[in-house]
Amino acid sequence: MRNAFIEALLGEADRHPNLWLLTGDLGYGVLEPFAERFADRYLNVGVAEQNMLGVAAGICLSDTLTSANASGVDAFRCDTLTSANASGASQASQNRHSGESRNPGQGASNMMDARLRGQDELLTKQDLNENIVFTYSIGNFGTLRCLEQIRNDVCYHNLNVKIVAVGGGVAYGSHGYTHHAVEELAILRTMPNITVIAPGDPAEAKWAVQKLVEHPGPAYLRLGKAGEPKVHPQAIAATHGLDTPFVLFPDVSRPAVTMFSTGGMLANCVEAAKGLMQAGVTVQVVSVPVLKPVPADALQALLAQSPFVLTVEEHVQEGGLYSALCPLALALAQPPQMISACLQPHVIGKIGSQDYLRSLSGLSTEALVKTVLAFSRPRAGVTGRE
Amino acid sequence: MTLLALESESLAKAIRRLILETIARAKASHVGSCLSIADILAVLYGQVLNVRSNEPSWLERDRVILSKGHAAVAIYATLAECGFFPKTWLDTYSQDGSLLGGHVSWGVPGVEAATGALGHGLNIGAGLAIAFKRAQALALRAGSSPAFKTAQASALRAGPSPAFKTAQPNPSGLHDAKDSSHTASQWPKPATPIRTYVILSDGECDEGSTWEAALFAAHHGLNNLMAIVDYNKIQSFGRVDEVLKLEPFADKWRAFGWHVIDVDGHDHAALLAAFEHAKTIQDKPQVLIAHTTKGKGVGFMEDDNLWHYRPPNSEQLVLALEGLNSEDEGYA
Repeated sequence: MRNAFIEALLGEADRHPNLWLLTGDLGYGVLEPFAERFADRYLNVGVAEQNMLGVAAGICLSDTLTSANASGVDAFRCDTLTSANASGASQASQNRHSGESRNPGQGASNMMDARLRGQDELLTKQDLNENIVFTYSIGNFGTLRCLEQIRNDVCYHNLNVKIVAVGGGVAYGSHGYTHHAVEELAILRTMPNITVIAPGDPAEAKWAVQKLVEHPGPAYLRLGKAGEPKVHPQAIAATHGLDTPFVLFPDVSRPAVTMFSTGGMLANCVEAAKGLMQAGVTVQVVSVPVLKPVPADALQALLAQSPFVLTVEEHVQEGGLYSALCPLALALAQPPQMISACLQPHVIGKIGSQDYLRSLSGLSTEALVKTVLAFSRPRAGVTGRE
Repeated sequence: MTLLALESESLAKAIRRLILETIARAKASHVGSCLSIADILAVLYGQVLNVRSNEPSWLERDRVILSKGHAAVAIYATLAECGFFPKTWLDTYSQDGSLLGGHVSWGVPGVEAATGALGHGLNIGAGLAIAFKRAQALALRAGSSPAFKTAQASALRAGPSPAFKTAQPNPSGLHDAKDSSHTASQWPKPATPIRTYVILSDGECDEGSTWEAALFAAHHGLNNLMAIVDYNKIQSFGRVDEVLKLEPFADKWRAFGWHVIDVDGHDHAALLAAFEHAKTIQDKPQVLIAHTTKGKGVGFMEDDNLWHYRPPNSEQLVLALEGLNSEDEGYA
């Protein structure tokens, strides 16, 4: 996935003259093409993730017109709270800042004027040929180490910073728990303004990069490592919206089971689905790369089609895909039975390959098949809903 | 005293007056931290910064980040006094629905970044500075001012990617007129470099992230970045020397590759000279270690940690304002 990422990013950087890439001294053997081709917008900030996110925020703020109209706040608010709208800058400071005959408070008034002219004419940062900054690091380092910078500097200011992490889940299995990214989806999903994406395969990763460049605001992109199987046979069109999950085996009508997958578990789900269908269980697989904002309408329709739903994620249960889908399912007139396959607490501290650690949590293809059979067999022959 | 210095002295007193009135009205904290930087802000906004109060969005403005965001009232008072927004807005400080929060809020005209959690501002400032370095280099290549990005913005609004591409810096300095209504030659020649100023507290220098930014800025030779440390030597729980020693403070910054200027943070002429000197430094970021007094300007608040938290009551406010007025006479 990381190779698909850098390939896509190079293409976007070709088209976008102010797209930057910052790394926290990671990405050896991956990021060099960007560094060579776009040297003046590539920064290795060193092993300093807090600074990386702060610098990324600063770069994005450099072309912000003003905090007042960039944030879209209502400039009228304070005026409505005050009984009088008197102005009163000292003459000295007024002359200093305004030149010949400027009125104090005019800056605020200009913004109000802009608002009155209508949203189309209001000069917002989205109108600008603005800076976009991608930051790159391993799982936790570029997310949890600098969480407050993400929260305050990037998300609160709603800046165009795209946080990219490699090694999502237990991709760096043998490196140990310090290198496992297993809680960050939950934590980042709670941040304001952010888009959270965990692509399911290299094609989804490329698509995600394109979408994040065109979609303003902060984002988190969780990648695997390298060598993930290709699930989508072809490139995904850039026109495919962030609000549309990917349905695999779309020809299966009224599936008995729907498997929802996020991130790198997609290939296992597809293999498991093939096995299940051979065993006579009709299955549909839905890849849900976008975990925030959750594409609620589309997901709710898909949740309604089967009596059994299995969510599959390389993440702890709290705050991930299962948590995102449960409220949607509960809002249905007939909620499906929801089962979660996710990383279990006993995996923490275990050393081993990604496949090994997944298997300890019941996330191997074989285990997924077993799980589905265990809860769908008692009602074998049951098909999906009309 | 020069005419300009007189103006900044009167601005500082006006800022102090607004700080005291605003904090007393809201029964808020951090009055000592605010008074500590009133002179620094007055010299910056009165004499140094290239900003336009009637056009806070002006792209080529200098940037100021008050990293010690707990002194929010000081920057609000300064911006109001300088005409960025009406002074009546200060009446709403910390009220329900106000723009003006207890720590520097996002969305206030003239505010470049929301702060409050310490150890964020210098990193953001370093990002601003390196972005301006690149914009300036591109502008020099294109023969335009950094405002070339405004041309790009106009082109972008006019249509999709083809127009977008035509507005890029062109080494030849020439643009095809049919591609874009704006050409590089329409923009002024590269103007004064945009400078970024970050005001830090001394306690904030306990934060590791501050020193990450210090390493970064020196490594990249960001001479368009200036840190100003409000070195009043008192932090939340007590004296800096008792909580976590910073000395030898100047040597630390020097060792990190910064150009260090020690100055009396209440001496306007010395502050102005320091800011002007800093602009001449070619290859390093600069740090102004401003030796200040917490609560400066109000005798009974000076150098007393009590006023990190306590707001003045109505009687104390009267006393404090009388003290400022008596200083007025002194300056006259």
